[in-house]
This record gives sequence, C-alpha cells and structure tokens, in this order.
Amino acid sequence: MRPEWKDFVGGKWDSEVNVRDFIQKNYTPYDGDESFLAGPTQNTKDLWAQVLDLQKKEREAGGVLDMDTKVVSTITSHGPGYLDKSKETIVGFQTDKPFKRSLQPYGGIRMAEKACADNGYEVDPEISEFFSTHRKTHNAGCFDAYNQEMRACRTAHIITGLPDAYGRGRIIGDYRRVALYGIDYLIEDKQAQKDSTGRVMTDDVIRLREELSEQITALKMMKEMAASYGCDISKPAANVQEAIQWTYFGYLCSVKEQNGAAMSLGRTSTFLDCYAQRDLANGTFTEEQIQEFVDHFIMKLRCVKFARTPEYNQIFAGDPVWVTESLGGVGVDGRHMVTKMSFRYLHTLENLGASPEPNLTVLWSTRLPENWKKYCAKISITTSSIQYENDDLMRVTHGDDYGIACCVSSMVIGKEMQFFGARANVAKCLLYALNGGIDEVTKKQVGPKYRPVEGDVLDYDDVYSKFIDMLEWQADVYVNTLNIIHYMHDKYCYERAEMALHDRDVKRYFATGVAGLSIVADSLSAIKYAKVEPIRDEDGIIVDFKTTGDFPKYGNDDDRVDSIAQDIVHKFMTAIRRHHTYRNGVPTTSILTITSNVTYGKATGNTPDGRKKGQPFAPGANPMHGRDTHGAVASLSSVSKLPFKDAQDGISNTFTIIPGALGKEDQVFAGDIEIDLNK
Amino acid sequence: MNGRIHSLESFGTVDGPGTRFVVFVQGCPMRCAYCHNPDTWPMNGGTMMEPEYIYEQYKRNKPFYENGGITVTGGEPLMQVDFLIDLFTLAKKDGVHTCIDSSGIAFKPGNTEWIKKLDHLMTLTDLVMLDIKHIDPEKHKELTGQPNDGILAFAEYLDEKGIDMWIRHVVVPGITDDDKYLFKLGYFIGQFANLKALDVLPYHTMGEKKYEELGIPYKLAGVPAMDKGKVVEKKQVILDGIKKRRSEEPVH
Repeated sequence: MRPEWKDFVGGKWDSEVNVRDFIQKNYTPYDGDESFLAGPTQNTKDLWAQVLDLQKKEREAGGVLDMDTKVVSTITSHGPGYLDKSKETIVGFQTDKPFKRSLQPYGGIRMAEKACADNGYEVDPEISEFFSTHRKTHNAGCFDAYNQEMRACRTAHIITGLPDAYGRGRIIGDYRRVALYGIDYLIEDKQAQKDSTGRVMTDDVIRLREELSEQITALKMMKEMAASYGCDISKPAANVQEAIQWTYFGYLCSVKEQNGAAMSLGRTSTFLDCYAQRDLANGTFTEEQIQEFVDHFIMKLRCVKFARTPEYNQIFAGDPVWVTESLGGVGVDGRHMVTKMSFRYLHTLENLGASPEPNLTVLWSTRLPENWKKYCAKISITTSSIQYENDDLMRVTHGDDYGIACCVSSMVIGKEMQFFGARANVAKCLLYALNGGIDEVTKKQVGPKYRPVEGDVLDYDDVYSKFIDMLEWQADVYVNTLNIIHYMHDKYCYERAEMALHDRDVKRYFATGVAGLSIVADSLSAIKYAKVEPIRDEDGIIVDFKTTGDFPKYGNDDDRVDSIAQDIVHKFMTAIRRHHTYRNGVPTTSILTITSNVTYGKATGNTPDGRKKGQPFAPGANPMHGRDTHGAVASLSSVSKLPFKDAQDGISNTFTIIPGALGKEDQVFAGDIEIDLNK
Repeated sequence: MNGRIHSLESFGTVDGPGTRFVVFVQGCPMRCAYCHNPDTWPMNGGTMMEPEYIYEQYKRNKPFYENGGITVTGGEPLMQVDFLIDLFTLAKKDGVHTCIDSSGIAFKPGNTEWIKKLDHLMTLTDLVMLDIKHIDPEKHKELTGQPNDGILAFAEYLDEKGIDMWIRHVVVPGITDDDKYLFKLGYFIGQFANLKALDVLPYHTMGEKKYEELGIPYKLAGVPAMDKGKVVEKKQVILDGIKKRRSEEPVH
C-alpha cells in the first residue's frame, strides 16, 4: 500500500477507484454526544470577521463587490487568492481574490454580459466578440435548434426556468477521489478508460473519447492550480488537513468552470473522518486543529460566488450556490454513518454562525443514534440552517454512498449524474386545458387548439380528461426542449472537472419537475366537490372562477383530495416516460420549487381553487398557504402520500414553526414546566 | 356517543407529554377572562363526530405519536364524559396514552350517576392536566364567573383515584400573580401524591384578536403580556408552597 494509506484497512479500494469501499472499511460510527467539539480558534475568528466585513461591503455595493470582466475563468485562469495567508489552514478561491466573481461565458455570452452590466461592469469587448463570433455558447446552440412552439412555451412560462442560458449544474464530482488517490492515479485510470472504448467509431464512442480527453485535461489543470497554492495533489492526501484541502481543490475546480444552478459538494464528512480518526490516534492533530480545518473549509464554501442577473436571482430567490453536503444516514450493512466529522460540520453553524450555505443536509433515518438526532434538533432550533432528507426512503434505491444535489436530487456519488430540467407549470396547463391551449395571460394560442370547456359550471370528468390531454402535450414539448438543452450543454459547456471525478459509464438521470401541484389538486377538488362557475372575458376566454361551497383541500390528510395530487404526479411521470430522452437518460420528476414558486405565480392567471392571478404558488409539494388547517402532522401526511417512485428526483416540503410550538423545552413561549417536584 | 368537536390538531406539542393528537371539544361553562379559545365556549356549535372517526384520524399518523398520545382539551372535555369514555376505550385497547386537559368545572360530587361514569372514564385515563385558575374562591368567581370548590374537590378525587395529575396555572399581571395566592395554590396542591408536574404559563395577548372577530368584549384589554422572566419567579413561589406542605405532611 502507498505510504499515505498507512494504518487504513485495505480492500477493493486500494486497487481500483472505489471510495465507498474505503469508507466502509475504515469509518468509525460515533454514538456519543457533542461534548467533544472544540470552539473556534483565534485565527478562525479573525478570518470570519474578515469575511463578514467583505459581506457587509458587498451588500453596501449593491450585491456585488468585484467582477472579472477580462479573464475567462478556467481551472488555471487565476493565480492564488487569500483572505490572510498566514491564518488560513484551507486555501483557495475561485479567482485571485475573495468575493471577486468570475467570468463564465460558455453557458451564454449574453447572460455573462448582462450579469456584468446589471451590476455596473462591462465585459471586455474582445471577449464578447470572441464568444459571439468565433466560439459558440450553450445558449446560442439551444436557440439554433428550438422550434417555434418551444419558444412560445418558454415565453408564456408554461415550461419555465429552463437551463438554456445558464449552467445546468446538479452534477456532483466525487471530490473525495482527489484526496484518496491523488491526481496522477486518476489520470492513469482515465487513460485506461480511454483505451477501453469501443473500436468502431460510432457517435457515442467518438463523444466518449472526446469527453475522456477533456477530463484528463481538467485533471492535469487541477494539479497545476493546486501547485499555485503550494500543494502537490498528484499524490494522495497524507493527513486530514490535506484530505480536506485536496477534496476542496476538486470542488473548487468545478466552480471555477461551471456557474451551475446547483453546485453541490456530495457526501464528504464520513470519508474525511477516517483521516481525522487516524490523525487523532497518531497524535498528528488535536481536536481543536481538526475543527479549525473544518471551519476554514466551510468558510471557503460560504464564499463561493457567481456572476448572475437580477432575473436569475428572482427565479432562485437570492443568489444561491446550493453547496449541498449530505450528512449521516445509515449504511446498507445496518451501521449508521454518523461520525465525529458529521458533528464537526454541523458545529460550524455554532462556530461561524448560521448560514444557508453550505446547505447542510441530514440524511434522516429512524435508526440514527439518539445523540445525533438531539444535536441536529438543537442546531435546527438555534440556526434554522439544516435540511432533512429521508434516508430510509432513498437508501433503497441508491445504497449508502449517494448525495443530494441542490435540495432534493439524489444520486450515487461518482456513478450517477443528472440533467437538470427545471419545471413544467401544471397549474397553467390546467388553465390551458380549460381554454383550449390559449394562454390566460397573453391570450395567445400557445398550446394545441383543443376544444375548450363549455357551459356555466365546470364538470369534473370533462375538465379532468381535457387536463390529461393537455398534460400529454406539455410533457411532449417539455421533454423535447430538454433534449435540445442537454445536447447543447454537453457540446458547448461540458462539465469536464466534475465528470473527471466520475466513472466512465455513468447513469444519467433525465430530471423534470412540476410546479403548481397543490393548486391543481385543490382546483380539481373544488370542481369535484364544490360548484365552480367559469367567468369568461369578452373573447370567451376563462379568466376567473366563482366557487360556491366547500371542498377538501390538500394538506389535511384527506384522501379525497390527496389522491388527486397523487394521480397528477403519476400521470405526469407516465407522460414523461413515453418520450425519448437524450443519452438514454432515466426520466425522473421532482416537486421542489422551493424558491421559484413566487415567479411562477406571477406568470399564472386565476385558478379554480381560489388563488388569484399573480399570487405565489406554494413551495415544492407544500399545501397552499393557510389551507392546511389540521396541524403539521396532517399537512406532512398529505405530502408523504406523493409517490416517490413517480417523483424520484425528490419531493420537498418547507416547514416553519416557532420554537415554542415544538414543545415545553423552550421556556419562552410555552411556559415553564417543573417535572421533578421533590427537588 | 358522538362528540361535539371544535377542531382536531394533528401536531400538539404543549398539551401533555410528547407529540400528541389533540381533540378540541366544543362547549365550556367557564368564562375565563383570559381564555384564548372563546370560540369554543358555546355549547351548541362545533361538529358532531364519531369516536371511531376521531380515533381513525389518530391511527393514520400513529408513528408521530409514539412518545405522545391523545389529549382532549377544549372547551371543557368533562362536559362530554360519554364521548370521552368511548374515545378512550378505543385508545386504551391499543395502549395509547390518554390525557384530559380540564378546568374541573364539571365535577359535581353529589351527582352519583355522573360520578359513576367519571369513575369509568378514569380507568381509561392516564393523565389529567388540571388548570386551576385561582385558589381563592372569590377571586376565582371574578375571573371565571364560576366557583372553585368543585374544581378543588376534583383534585382530591384524582388523588384518591391515583390518576397522574399536572397542575396548570396561567399567570396574568395584576390578576393571578399575587405571591400570597400563588403560595396558597402551591400549599394546596402540595398535599397530593398524584401531582406529577407543575406547568406555569405566562399570559399572552394572542387571544384578543379572536374576541374582536367574535364581537365579544375583551375583559383584559390593556393588560400586558406576562414577562417571561418573571414567570420563573412566580413558579418558584408555587414550588415553595408545595415544599412547605410536603415538609409538614410528606406524600407517598
């Protein structure tokens, strides 16, 4: 074994790229509590004060502190950048200084120009000219291939948020590979993969060979970039500090080259804990030092920035990077995967304060150790910064080395990736069904000219069958649009750094999504159980509704309407599955419009459930605001009935509660209970 | 017997131990000045529901209530003893923890027919949370419109039956925060061996809006919410009362 691997238990991992095997052979489950954790060092406090100061300056400057307008960002385009070199134990920024946003035109030059212009900067005219004339972008490719219908649907927002002008993201490189194997071994492995391709030069083989070459180039550049920070990552990491640093370098390369809609980290904590345990046992580092490395790592992740437009920020409600890190979970052998490092990651929320990034995501199982559950609950209550995902549900499909991209998209690290597909607005689709394909806002014929509904009262069977027909059409135009997008993204904006840290043959998920699920469920319920009269404008287009009587509403654990929601998800997925998908992607759907629900609402007219034109949709799979009247459990139960097999890209529910409503432990709201009266 | 129900809450975390399914019954004879659920007062409102239906709602989401159970509050649950018997019979068949949150106002020691039913109900009840509004009979009447002799007798009854009891007390500035009475309350409840917890709640003004909506004058208009820090001190006074009583006559 290599000297860097001394004291590790060997296995398949030492003769092939197999990080999961390494973890399983070497990790130490931790059942204890948080009392071992160390607070922030003085250096950590100083560096974080610097970051806070930069954040303040950035806000004062209107949201952007500095932008690169001259250098197109690549892995090696920028020299090293630091906060304070003497204090940083983990180093590396996207550009040559912190908070300077990089220029990434491969997704689309116009988007890059606009992002600069909207923030008061101008892209170097030579670069603009180059990417308009000599080098085609992903965005230009998409619009070359779109047909008229796709453009109309895009403009009308019945399919929306499409990644045709920005990076699709959602691909997680297995950044741990850099630490475990070092770059040289990974290059050898990729070379061997290239030598193993088919000999008949079909389109697929040619593309694969070109991509593998791109990946090898990226790996070589990673080494060069790391060397500029004085690190030799050609070899494996020899201790926990190096392991964190190497892993971060891998991630850093991907955010230097991709301004993706979600740039997630994966599942690194338990992997890194193997190194931490070894170093603690050997006396290489103390707990305080290890926590400092983690704090500095997390601090770097909080500083990842992209150049984006106000419109983009509107869709995604702010400027998110979605540096999602998945923590905990249970292994397929039954051992839980919580380690001390899992605690250290969450502890950064105490050492550095609350933060939405990185998006620390706990893979929840009923079988997690009690102390970990308690610590998670404690940090949730004090920081509101933890996301939870159902490991018991996902482990069945993905095993125990998957991670979450963005908020809910699960994939096996290094073996699976996804083509992100934004969403179809099914609430608008319902209105198209009523109006025979005419858009209720623009009054233009966007969808097919099917027969509109007639009469003064909406009939459930009639509306339902028309809706399903329209849904088929929507799925058709949606999937075909995505086929173009991903073809062009691969061609003009290929994620070579992330894909270099994947196996040769990856499983590709073809992700789609729905927005407006609870509106359609409630609307159909209103039509079925109450009386809904359509109100038509002078052109006979239905623009409003008069609803008389009560109807069951999604979010109250009421099967009469929850079954409608289930059915819509199933019908939508069935329609998606009928289509050819680019690179034989496996179709999936998500219900997760966590932030863009506001924008979608703006583009959608009055709906039969009583929602008014322009009002926001509920986020994700949430019930509409205020309609869940039977408490949180009933509300969650409605959501949990949605079929995961038809929404494998994830189902999200946003849950807010005042701490006092969580029980008597909180003495502020709920009174002060004295249980032991004999004291 | 069917229950007259105000509403069902699937995620109750402050009405007994653990996460609980909470049934709010309709109807209460008390008119507590600080009541934050005046919409549950009328005896003729609400929705009639079968115990089987309600228990079914509980069972649907049973995994959430593993460390909790069912609580019936209101309104005044003991106005509907027959319904409670039916509901708790279903629950106890499955070993579900049952709790009644009551003011004790319905307790009438002289009514033997009713007491017989109550005896039956108590065999199905794990915990009673008894809300004593005021220990002083006169002040109690001022505050709630009802005497408190039956309520205090109910506490004695529960002790005799050996039913676990939590005492709840709301501290309202200028009305129920007098140390003299708080100590007296503690001294009174200190005698009971079945007393398992003391839950002291600060008065809040969140109920006021409901009064406006219902067109009922709000008697405590202008009374500020109770300072949360002070509540800890007030609780200590009650605890001192409990200790005093227990030092005089230890409970077993």
